[in-house]
Amino acid sequence: MVTIQLIPYSEIEGLSSVGRIRKILNIAKEDKIVLLQGRLSKEEEAELIKVTMEEINSEFKGIELAVLDPSSNLKGLAKARDDLANKLLGTRSGLTIVGPASVVKEIKRNPHKIELLTHKSSSSKKKKRK
Amino acid sequence: MLSVFKSFINKVFLSLFKKKRQLKIGLYGPPNGGKTTLANTICKDWLGEEMGSVSNIAHETREVMIKEQLNIKRNDQELTFNLVDTPGIATKIDYEEFIRLGMSEKKAKARAKEATKGVIESIRWLDEMDVVLVVLDATVDPYSQVNITIIGNLAAREIPVLIVANKIDLKKANMKRIESAFPQYPVVGISAKYGKNTDQFYEALFGVAK
Repeated sequence: MVTIQLIPYSEIEGLSSVGRIRKILNIAKEDKIVLLQGRLSKEEEAELIKVTMEEINSEFKGIELAVLDPSSNLKGLAKARDDLANKLLGTRSGLTIVGPASVVKEIKRNPHKIELLTHKSSSSKKKKRK
Repeated sequence: MLSVFKSFINKVFLSLFKKKRQLKIGLYGPPNGGKTTLANTICKDWLGEEMGSVSNIAHETREVMIKEQLNIKRNDQELTFNLVDTPGIATKIDYEEFIRLGMSEKKAKARAKEATKGVIESIRWLDEMDVVLVVLDATVDPYSQVNITIIGNLAAREIPVLIVANKIDLKKANMKRIESAFPQYPVVGISAKYGKNTDQFYEALFGVAK
């Protein structure tokens, strides 16, 4: 069975980068898939990978990560407006998916869709579409 | 006011007495993209010697390697830099995969441990780079989060990037897919293993490093 835990942005809003990463990783280490409203910053993504590497052992093999950023295609004024909104309100738009490597085999993505493939031992194969 | 004055004095003194830092060009990317093969090609072309060992098994490079004072020339231009080959960045490392590829359990666990340290080192070195060559396997889907995270972090640090689509000698190679995944960056296709398109590669390197 696959367990998905949804985290609204309000739950991480007040946390520091370290706190956000710790929260996400603790849930992933419980063999749950995290669906986080909003997205981590690029620096936080790199930090998440770094902390994951520090914690890999024979039980915990790492994570699969995907960050959906709807603003990545914005240009000009729309981009400036989005940047300002992010600064004022936080990066609520988009979605961050983090799954433990023992459960999630692969997250396939292209600009139009995202597919989350779980290992065979899990009871079902899931697909999500953007 | 005092801190602004101090900062100004520091900047002036540093610019007067600090030895100019050597340009650092880093090779970044996911495991098995061909970073060390490209480093070897560059070093063989300009120094006549290789930089590191390569393997089909992922995470062969598990420590940051530096080749200092590489000097390359093209037409009337000259570029001197330190080449930094970094371990491949991954979000997961499973020692059992190494066992499946024929390694003993002890060796596989040691390789996995070293590989995790290598990824951490690669990320730490990001701040040191002046220019980065992101080496991607042109036969593999480029829309991976690792690629997006690496390139996003380089953009956030305003580090110039050249994307190297490696392994274009293979039938499955698809350069257009890489170009459309990262349209804001220059992409050059090469086969580091066979030295194909290295002229275009050096031209692009001069373009991004100057």
